[in-house]
Amino acid sequence: MDAVLEQVHGLVAWALSLAGEYDVASLIEAGVFFLFAGLALLFACGVIFFRNVVHSALSLTATFICVACLYLSIGAAFMGAVQILVYGGAVAVLIVMAIMLTRRDDMAHSNPSRGLFRHAAAAAVTGLFLLGMAAVAVLSPFRPAPQSLGDAAPGLADLMLTHYVLPFEVAAVLLLMAMIGAIVLAKGADES
Amino acid sequence: MMSFMEFFQLATHVGLYHFLLFSAILFAIGLFGLLTKKGLIPLLMCVELMLNAVNINLVAFNHYMPVPDYTGQLMAIFSVAVAASEVAVGVALAFRIYHDRGTVNVDDLKEMKG
Repeated sequence: MDAVLEQVHGLVAWALSLAGEYDVASLIEAGVFFLFAGLALLFACGVIFFRNVVHSALSLTATFICVACLYLSIGAAFMGAVQILVYGGAVAVLIVMAIMLTRRDDMAHSNPSRGLFRHAAAAAVTGLFLLGMAAVAVLSPFRPAPQSLGDAAPGLADLMLTHYVLPFEVAAVLLLMAMIGAIVLAKGADES
Repeated sequence: MMSFMEFFQLATHVGLYHFLLFSAILFAIGLFGLLTKKGLIPLLMCVELMLNAVNINLVAFNHYMPVPDYTGQLMAIFSVAVAASEVAVGVALAFRIYHDRGTVNVDDLKEMKG
């Protein structure tokens, strides 16, 4: 019993010394990052492993919202808003609509997967890919520091309407083409 | 070998590498789903996960690299626009295929297979 108490005291003293050593702001930042990153990865696994495709769609929406919170945590407020509006709103609704329009008989098994061999092969490919990415990220000697550039929305508007005005117009044309294409595909060109 | 304290210190100072690793894992989850799923709609969802991972990289690089302006975030916004049009056309295609063939299981759509 005494030994256990001693261990607990040691841990508390260690935690206190840690709090003295660290600035609380960076610890809170780390807590926010790990909370939302962990939730996002958990929900992303849910997208794959839920048997019901409606649950997968809900899980996907939750992933999008967690990613929006991560954007907010690094000061990209405009990107966070865009993420919630476009992904958490429009894409989520589109996917749920698509599920509704292509409904099968039993929703409980509406998210089928391939066999064990295919799973093993996919895990191998994905693992190798992830290992390569992690190695590049961790072994790189470059350690940049965060910076503040001022308000994001005015800076983005300046860029969008001056240097990147042509891509902006092309994006508008792309969205129009996608809209027309989606209507023609869904309606059927041969039907009146 | 790194001691626990050093590792803790590195892990609790959130930097570019945290975001790079996070987006790599998210991309890998999307890739795994893309290789193992059978339905058209789940495949679309996995593609969306991968696109999101790329956007996180763009925004994180813009925040942590010494750049003079918001070009990275602007690229992410263009990427969101492309992703939105992609999912609209993809959903319309899935609906069309379901309408014509009565299935959205990609294993049943073999007409183009050699």
